[in-house]
Amino acid sequence: MAAKKKKSDADNDERLKHVALSSIDEVARGVYEQAQRGDLPDMTMPQRNLQNVRFDPKAGYFEMKGNVKTRTLDVNSVKTFAQTLRLMALAKEMVTKDDFATKREAYYVSKNWGDAKFLEQPESDTVLDDIEAMFSVHEVTRETLRFVPEEHGGSVVGALTVIDRDPETGAPIRSDCAAMGSGAYTIPSSVDHLQLESTAKFVLVIETGGMFQRLNHHRWWRNANCILVEMGGVPTRATRRFVRRIADDLKLPVYAFVDCDPYGICNIYRTLKVGSGLAVHVSRDFCVPTARFMGVTPQDIIDFQLEDATHPLQPVDIKRAKDALKNDPFFQAYPKWQKAIKQLLNMGVRAEQQAFAKWGLNFVIEEYLPTKLKKAKDFLP
Amino acid sequence: MAKNTHRTAEQMAAAQREISVSEFFAKNRHLLGFDNPRKALLTTIKEGVDNSLDACEEAGILPDLLIEIIQLQEDRFRVVIEDNGPGIVKAQIPNIFGRLLYGSKFHSRRQSRGQQGIGISAAGLYAQMTTGRGPRIESKTAKGKPHRFEIQMDFSKNKPLIAKEEELVEWHQKQGTRFEADLEATYQKGLRSVDDYMKQTAVSNPHARIRYLAPGMEEARVYERAVEELPALGEEIKPHPYGVEIGELMKMLRDTSSRTLSGFMQEEFCRVGAKVADEICTNAKLSKKAYPSRIAREEVDALYRAIQATRISAPPTTCLSPIGEERILEGLRKECDADFYSVVSRPPSVYRGNPFQIEVGIGWSRAGSDRLEVDETGRILKTRKRGTADTEDLLGGADDPIRLLRYANRVPLLFQQSACAFTKSIIQTAWKNYGLQHPRGSLPLGSAVIFVHMASVWVPYTSEAKEAIAPYPEILKEIKLALQEAGRKLGQFIRKGKRVEREFEKREYIDKYLPHVGIGLQEILGLSNEQREETVATLRDSMESTRKI
Repeated sequence: MAAKKKKSDADNDERLKHVALSSIDEVARGVYEQAQRGDLPDMTMPQRNLQNVRFDPKAGYFEMKGNVKTRTLDVNSVKTFAQTLRLMALAKEMVTKDDFATKREAYYVSKNWGDAKFLEQPESDTVLDDIEAMFSVHEVTRETLRFVPEEHGGSVVGALTVIDRDPETGAPIRSDCAAMGSGAYTIPSSVDHLQLESTAKFVLVIETGGMFQRLNHHRWWRNANCILVEMGGVPTRATRRFVRRIADDLKLPVYAFVDCDPYGICNIYRTLKVGSGLAVHVSRDFCVPTARFMGVTPQDIIDFQLEDATHPLQPVDIKRAKDALKNDPFFQAYPKWQKAIKQLLNMGVRAEQQAFAKWGLNFVIEEYLPTKLKKAKDFLP
Repeated sequence: MAKNTHRTAEQMAAAQREISVSEFFAKNRHLLGFDNPRKALLTTIKEGVDNSLDACEEAGILPDLLIEIIQLQEDRFRVVIEDNGPGIVKAQIPNIFGRLLYGSKFHSRRQSRGQQGIGISAAGLYAQMTTGRGPRIESKTAKGKPHRFEIQMDFSKNKPLIAKEEELVEWHQKQGTRFEADLEATYQKGLRSVDDYMKQTAVSNPHARIRYLAPGMEEARVYERAVEELPALGEEIKPHPYGVEIGELMKMLRDTSSRTLSGFMQEEFCRVGAKVADEICTNAKLSKKAYPSRIAREEVDALYRAIQATRISAPPTTCLSPIGEERILEGLRKECDADFYSVVSRPPSVYRGNPFQIEVGIGWSRAGSDRLEVDETGRILKTRKRGTADTEDLLGGADDPIRLLRYANRVPLLFQQSACAFTKSIIQTAWKNYGLQHPRGSLPLGSAVIFVHMASVWVPYTSEAKEAIAPYPEILKEIKLALQEAGRKLGQFIRKGKRVEREFEKREYIDKYLPHVGIGLQEILGLSNEQREETVATLRDSMESTRKI
C-alpha cells in the first residue's frame, strides 16, 4: 500500500514537472511569437484580489471568478515583464535540474540581473505569485516551480505520528508528536509526502505561541485526546495544508482558537478555513473547509465576563471588520458571522486568548475549554 | 562775521555770468554717463559706435567696425573706434567732435541712435579733462582727401580749438572715420562691461561686422555679419502736434517762416491739414490768420491746450526703422545658443505724438548641456549644445533670473535696469503661464534671454545718460502685449519640450529592461544571440511606434 502510494506520487511528480515545463514554454513562446509579428506581447493571469473571489459554502473554499488581468508590454510594465520572464527561466532551470530556491534565494538570484534586479523581496514575491496564478490553470503551484517559502510551518504536539522520509536514503522517519518533551514537532515547508497516523478525537488550532505553551506544558492534549497546532499568526501554506491533511486523511474535526479581534477572525481564521484572497488560485488545497471557530467569540467576552480585560478596537480593526462585512464573500455567506462581527463592532472592544488569565492562569484549561468543547455544534462556521 | 555773509544785489551781479554748456557738463558729467572710470570707458565706446552705425546706415553702407581698447597706464586707456562709413567733410570735423549739442539729429524727427548731439563730444571733453589731450579724428570721404585732426575744447565757450590738423597722403580705407581718445578709465569684464555691450550690440545689429580687441585678448573677437541687408531707414517726419511741449511750440512759432497761424500749423506739423488747422484755431479762440510770433508771446498757452483738445490722426509710422522679427532672430541665434527662439514685432503705436514700435525676442534653453531632438522617424536624439564663440554667454542657469537685453533704437541699455519700462513690463507679465518660474516682483527665472527693443523717433529716456526708458502707459501696454505673444509661443515649446523630455526618459527606461525580456526568452526557448537581439530590436520598434510625442 505504501509502496503503491509512493509510485503514484512519483508519477504525479513527473506529470507536474512536465506540465510546469510546458506551461513555462507556452507563455514564453506566446510572447516570442507576438514579438515576431510586430505586436506588443502580453501575458494573461488571474486577478489576485477579493473581487475575483467566489465563495460557495458547499465547496468550502475560495474559488476564482475568472477575472483576468492582461499585462501588455509597455513602459509601465516592461520591468515586471522582464522580471517575470527571467524568474520563469529560473523556474525552468530548477525544474529541469531538480533543484529549488527559497523565495529569498530567488530574490538574491535576481541581484545578478543588473538593471532588472529586484530591490526588495516583496517585489520578487509578488512576481512569483503572479507566475503561480498564471500557471494555476494547469494546477502548477509555486512549489511545483521549485520556489519554496523559507518560513517553516507551525508547531504540533499531541496524539499524532508523522511519517517522513530521509531526503537522501528515502528511509521512513517516524515522529511521535506526543513525545516531544517541552518542545514540539515543526511542520516542514512541504507536507504532501508525509503520512499521518493518529488516535486523537479533534484538532485545536491555536493563534498564539503563549497559549500553545500553556496547553502543552499542562499536557492538556493528553486529557482532551487531541492534536494541538500553533499557527503563529496567519497560518502559512504549509500549516494550512498540514491541518487539511489531518482533517481529510484522519477525518478529524478542526477547531480554531484565536483572539477575539478582526485580525484573528477576518485574517487568521478566514485564511485557515477558505484560503487567502491574494492566493485564491491555490485555495482549494491550502485551506481547511471543515474548520470551525471555537473562540474567542464576542459572546465569550460576555459569557466569561471578560469586559474589563479588553482593549478598545483601533481604527484599523474597525476598518478591517467593516471591509470583511462589505467585501469578503466568506462572511457574506454566513449570517451568523455577520451577526458576530456586528456584535464585536458594537461592543467596540477586542479580547486576547490570554485574557482568561484574569480568572486565574489555568482558568482556560479548567473552565473555558471544557465548557466550550461540550457545545462544539454551536461553534461558528 | 555775519555782516560779511550778506551781499548786495550789485555784489551778486558781479558774480553772475553765463555758464557754458561744456562747463556745466564738466561739472555734471554723471548726467552723461561719465560717473566713474569704468563707465566712462563704456560711454565713450558706446557714443562712438552709435555714431559710426548711424553714419553707415544713413549712407547705405553695411557697417564694418573696429573697436580697440589699449591700456596705456594702470588707469589710462586709448580707445579707437573706426568705421567704413561715409566720412565727415573736413570743415565739420571740429564741430562734431569738439562742440556739445552740435549735430543733425536733435531737430530731426527720424529714428537714429544718437539724439541730442552731446555724446561723442562729451567723450572728447572727458578725455581732455582726464588726460589733457583731446580726441584725434581721421576721416576720409569717398571723394575727398583724408584728414587728421587733434582737437582741444574750450570749456567756457563751447568751441573747438584745433590743436593739430594735417592732410594725409593716403588712408587705409576708401572712406570712413577713425576716432581715437586717451582717457582715465578702468577696464573690467562681466555684466555692464564693454565686452557685454559689444555682445549685445552684435545681437541687435546682425547686419554689422564688428571686430573688438580689448586688453588681455590674444586676437580681436569678431562678431560676424549674419544679415547682408541694411535695415530700412526710417523716413524723416515733421513733429506731430501732440508731441510738442509748450516751450518747443513757442520756439517753433518764433522761428517759422509762415505768416499765419493756420499756415504755421499746416507747414510745421504732420497730420495737420487746413481743416484740422482751422479746428485748432477755433478751439483756441484764435484767428487762423493770427501772426505766429505774436501768438508765441501772448497766446501760446491757449494754442497748446487747443491742440490737445483737437482730434488729430496719429503720426505716420514710416519714420520708424524696426529691427524686424527675422533680424532679431538672426541676432539672437548668432550670439546665444538657445533651444528655442520666439520673436514678436508689434505694429507701430504712438505715445504723446511720437510714433514708436516695440519688438521682443526670447531665447530659451533647457537646463544642462544636452539637447533632445526628434527626427522624422520619431526617434529622439541627444546632442551636445554648441555654445557661442565668445565667452560672454547670455544664457544663465535654469535657476537664475533671465537675462534681460534692453535696446532703444538698436542701442543696448546697460544701466538702471530696474527703473526701466522694459523691466517693469517683464515683472508685471505672468510668466508662470508661459512655463517659467516667476518670483513675485522680480524677473522670471530660467536659462533664457529676453530681448526688448523700442524703436522711436524720440525715445523717452529717464535721464540724459540714456539708460532707461520712461514708463509711459502706452509704451508699457505695447511691451506687455509683445511679451505675452512671445511668451505664449515659449510656453507651448516648454510644454512640448517637457513632453519630449519625459518621453526620452521613458524610452531610456524601456531600453534598460527590454534586453532582459530578451534574456528571459532566450533562456526559456533556447534562442540564439542573433534571435535574441533581433527580438529585442523588434520589440523596441513596436513599443516606440505606438508612443506619440
